[in-house]
Order: sequence, then C-alpha cells, then structure tokens
Amino acid sequence: MKILVCISHVPDTTSKINFTNNDSEFDTNGVQFVINPNDEFGLTRAIWFQEKQGATVTVVSVGGPETEPTLRKALAIGANDAIRVNATPTDGFFVAKQLTEIVKNGGYDLVIAGKESLDYNGGMVPGMIAALTNSNFINSCTEINIEGTNVKAVREIDGGKETVSTTLPLIIGGQKGLVEEKDLRIPNMRGIMTARSKPLTIVEPTDAPTNTKAVKFEKPAPKSAVRLVAADNLDELINLLHNEAKVI
Amino acid sequence: MSILIYAESAEGKFKKVAFELASYAKKIAESLGTTVTALAFNTTDASELSKYGVDKVLKVNDSKLANFTAKAYADVIQQAAKKENTKVVLLSSSTNSTYLASLVTVSLEAGYASNVVGLPLSTSPFQVKRNAFSNKAFNITEISTEVKVLGLAKNSFGIIESSSSLTEEDFTPTLSDNDFNIKIESTEKVSGKVSIADADIVVSGGRGLKGPENWGLIEDLATVLGAATACSKPVSDLGWRPHGEHVGQTGKPVAANLYIAIGISGAIQHIAGINSSKVKVVINTDPEAPFFKVADYGVVGDAFEVVPQLIEKLKAFKGQ
Ligand SMILES: Cc1cc2nc3c(=O)[nH]c(=O)nc-3n(C[C@H](O)[C@H](O)[C@H](O)COP(=O)(O)OP(=O)(O)OC[C@H]3O[C@@H](n4cnc5c(N)ncnc54)[C@H](O)[C@@H]3O)c2cc1C
Repeated sequence: MKILVCISHVPDTTSKINFTNNDSEFDTNGVQFVINPNDEFGLTRAIWFQEKQGATVTVVSVGGPETEPTLRKALAIGANDAIRVNATPTDGFFVAKQLTEIVKNGGYDLVIAGKESLDYNGGMVPGMIAALTNSNFINSCTEINIEGTNVKAVREIDGGKETVSTTLPLIIGGQKGLVEEKDLRIPNMRGIMTARSKPLTIVEPTDAPTNTKAVKFEKPAPKSAVRLVAADNLDELINLLHNEAKVI
Repeated sequence: MSILIYAESAEGKFKKVAFELASYAKKIAESLGTTVTALAFNTTDASELSKYGVDKVLKVNDSKLANFTAKAYADVIQQAAKKENTKVVLLSSSTNSTYLASLVTVSLEAGYASNVVGLPLSTSPFQVKRNAFSNKAFNITEISTEVKVLGLAKNSFGIIESSSSLTEEDFTPTLSDNDFNIKIESTEKVSGKVSIADADIVVSGGRGLKGPENWGLIEDLATVLGAATACSKPVSDLGWRPHGEHVGQTGKPVAANLYIAIGISGAIQHIAGINSSKVKVVINTDPEAPFFKVADYGVVGDAFEVVPQLIEKLKAFKGQ
C-alpha cells in the first residue's frame, strides 16, 4: 500500500498570534512551527500501517524551505520519503491543486490529510483533493482499518459517530482518534540520524487560480474584565445571566 | 440569481442552524437585491422556513438520501445551485456541512470561506470576516470567483424572524452509483442527551472535579439548564469522561450561548476551542486561574460548595 500524508506546518498551539505589515501578514517572529496536530495523528496511523501491514509512507508539504525541518521531523518519525512543493500556500484551493498533482502522479492508495490546520482553519484541503481527483472521501475520520482494498472507518458526526465502509483508493480528513494520543511518536536519535539521508524531493508548483485571498487580519477586541460574584451570592449570578447576558 | 442555502434537517425536521442560515441569507439577499432559495432533503413540512425570509424551497424527496452521504448531497446542492443560477451558496459549520463544502466548492468552481462570522463586509469586492488561528484572530478573506461558498460559524449571526411568502417546488436531482461509494454501516448517537454541537448551553468540568465519581454535579447542573456536558482534555485522557466530550483545540469546538467552566484552569488550548462561545462563566478555587481573564462572569470558590447551591437556586428560578 502506498500512503501519502499531507503535512501542514503550523504555529505551535501556545504561540502568540500577531500580525505585521499593516496587519496583512502573520508575524512569524519568535514562533515555533510544528506538524499540524491533526496531521500528526494521521502520520502516526500511517506509520502503524507501514509497520504492521506493510506500506510506504510519503509525506508532502506545500511551502518554502522553512517547512523542511517539519518534513525532516516527519521522516525522523518514520516516513520513507518527503516531497516539498516549493510555493507559498496562498489559499486552500491553491494547496489542494498542488497536492492533487502529487496524488495523481504518485498512484497512492490512501491519502491522509488533517481535517483542518490550526492556522487558517479552512478545513477544505482534503475534500478539495478528493473532488479534484474524483476519489472516495471520508472527513472527520477518527478510525481507519484496511484489509486488502476494503476500508472500514469511523467518522465523527454532530452528537455521535458513524461507521462507514468503502474501498481504496481513498482520501481522509483525519483527526484525533486515528491513534491514541499516548501513541504519538517523538523522533528518537536514530530516527533523526536516518532522516538526514532519506530523500526529500523538491517539486515546482503547478498553476492554480487565486480564488480567495487573506487581505487582512484582526485581533479580537480586548475583553472587559470579568464580573466576579461572591460564592455566597449566587442569586446575583442567576440575575446577571438572566437579565444582563440574557442566556438563561 | 437567488442565494441558496442548504437547510439541514434530521428525521424530517429542520435543525436550528437552518433557521440561522436563512436569517443570514435574507440579509445578504436584501443587500444584493435578490431572493433566498432553500434546499431541503426529505423534510415533512417546509413551511416553517417562511418565518425566516426564505422565498422558495426546493424539496428533494428520495429514500436514497435518507441518510447524509456527503458526495450525493454535494451533487444535489451543485445541481440546485446551477438550476437557480446561484452566485452565493450558504452552508453552516456543522460537521456534515463542512464535509460537503469543499466538494460543492470544487464542482461549482467557486471560492470558499469557512467559519464566517457576520455579514459580508463588502459585496464588491466580496469580503467576509472569518475565524482563524483557532479563534485567536480574525481573517478578512476576499473571494474573487463568480460563485461563492460560505460556511457560517455557528451562533455567529443568530435567528432573525422575517416573513415571506414561500413557494414550494419539488426537485429531482440526477444521482449516480458513484455518489454512494461511502456506505453507512451504523450510527451511534449520544442518546437522551443534548449534543455539544447543538447545545445552546454547555456545562464543562475539569481536573478540579477530582474524579469521575463527582460528575453528578456537572450532570445535575446541565439537566437544570437543558445543557450538554463537556470536559477538559486531561479529564477525557484520564478516562473520567468519554472522548467525545473533550473540548478545545484538539477536541470539539464549542460555540454556545453560555459556557460554564468548572474546575478548569483555562489553558490556551482549552480556550481556543471555546472562545467563540458568547458568555463564559468560570467557577474555580484559584483566583489566579487564567480562565478568569477570558470569562464574563466568575465565582472564586470550591465547586463542591458552589455547584450544589447553584443547582438549587436555578431549580427555584426555573420553577418560578
Ligand atoms: C498540543 C496540546 C493540545 C491540547 N489540547 C487541549 C484541548 O483541546 N482541550 C483541553 O482542555 N486541553 C488541551 N490541552 C491541555 C491543556 O494545556 C491543559 O493541560 C488542560 O486544559 C488543563 O485541564 P484542566 O483545566 O481540567 O486541569 P488543571 O490544569 O489541572 O486545572 C484544574 C483547575 O481546577 C481548579 N480546581 C481545583 N479544585 C477545585 C475545586 N474544588 N473547585 C473549583 N475549582 C477547582 C484549579 O484551581 C485549576 O484551575 C492541550 C495541550 C497540548 C500540549
């Protein structure tokens, strides 16, 4: 089985979010970048298939040279090889177009992307790849098992979960659940050493129209201070929630 | 030209998000000088939509579409959009709608903005404000394609009544076997309880509750308020509560009208998931807990003393 894992290079969850250049760009100053958490679950599941059922795992990211450490980390975790599409991701469709080229040329059986990346939260890339390649697609996927070309998977629904079946080739938008959090891999010394010699191919981007663009960023208005209510005056809390906030 | 909304339903009845979308669509239609068409799947009574400004409803009745199937639903939406010559397709941010959105976008050669909060800032150029960076910032996005697809963030607009005279029309889409390549084997719903995604009020507990045996407090408070229950990540990691209840950046997002956090410190990853809730109430023993910085109302106190009292007082208040 050939697996492609799409990796988005995102600010670490604790990063301070600031903007520069007249609020038109994300300020990367002092920001640590990591593998997008949803993708990390997918990558670990892919490595599980590689170890338990025999599969090759390719990781791919659309981004400039600054994303290479993130790809090397994925190689250190166990991916066989990496591809970087040498372009600045402008919008979700642009990224999906680039990844679609890779998918079409690579003959992958399974493509794992995260259901959304934690920077722009677009939640569109996996579905767009599926639509552009006319492939089977499961979004918000929390479990996946494969036997031959038969797939059983679980996806999250609002208020529960659904078990579905389908066949390869398949694209999933994955998330927490694909593996237990305790099973997420941290690169060890040996992994880091071998990652250096694994292939990382750089591919030039294909043309794609600009359908959307981020023109400006804003931070939420500063919040007014919390209204504290004494623990022995809960009638006041009920009063505030009823008359002021109008939520009960 | 009309604006098209996907009016989500379950068991033949519209969901609240359908009315929020209709209200939102009506406002955009007014500014663009057009009408609102809703697409309804296997609903029994579509007339309810007229209360929220919908002018026309396309009714699809097909037993093959009894269960949500993303590809098939996306194909129906695409065909309806073509038929209505729609320039704006509106979807919610529910798990199902998010599943559809990118499929619809590609088939309509559209541009898509998800997590939209509020009306377009301008319609020419078409600019919308959306949540980004896990609700830590907003991003103003310009869509330059002729057809636009918007995913409205839950509870970001509200439900506004505005009556219209509704025309109902049957709509028969063309479907292929390929639309049903993903087969549903079984569905498990959290039964008898309000789900986090649909809830207006969410009561959430953290490690401060000390153990699963104390969850009766959270459940009782949720019952009085008609709320869903939730928890912080360590609580689900420790197995005190099911994983489906974990909210936050790596868990479920909560965009409720009221979020009550009990014994939760307010770590940045937790806040990221609940930030878009309107009113936040925090009950915590530690006055320095970071949650107080983002809360609207707070009680510094022991959950084991405060919550039982609050339950009693709310019962009295509700009984009035
Ligand atoms: C990559 C990453 C992703 C993460 N994603 C998430 C996520 O999605 N969601 C999430 O929740 N966390 C997430 N976390 C974890 C997060 O950083 C915090 O560890 C977590 O939110 C803390 O949970 P807590 O507040 O319940 O527990 P604690 O930090 O232990 O806080 C418990 C609180 O309870 C209070 N308390 C104690 N006793 C009482 C009492 N009797 N009455 C009232 N209050 C009391 C304490 O004062 C304290 O403030 C993530 C972490 C990482 C690194």
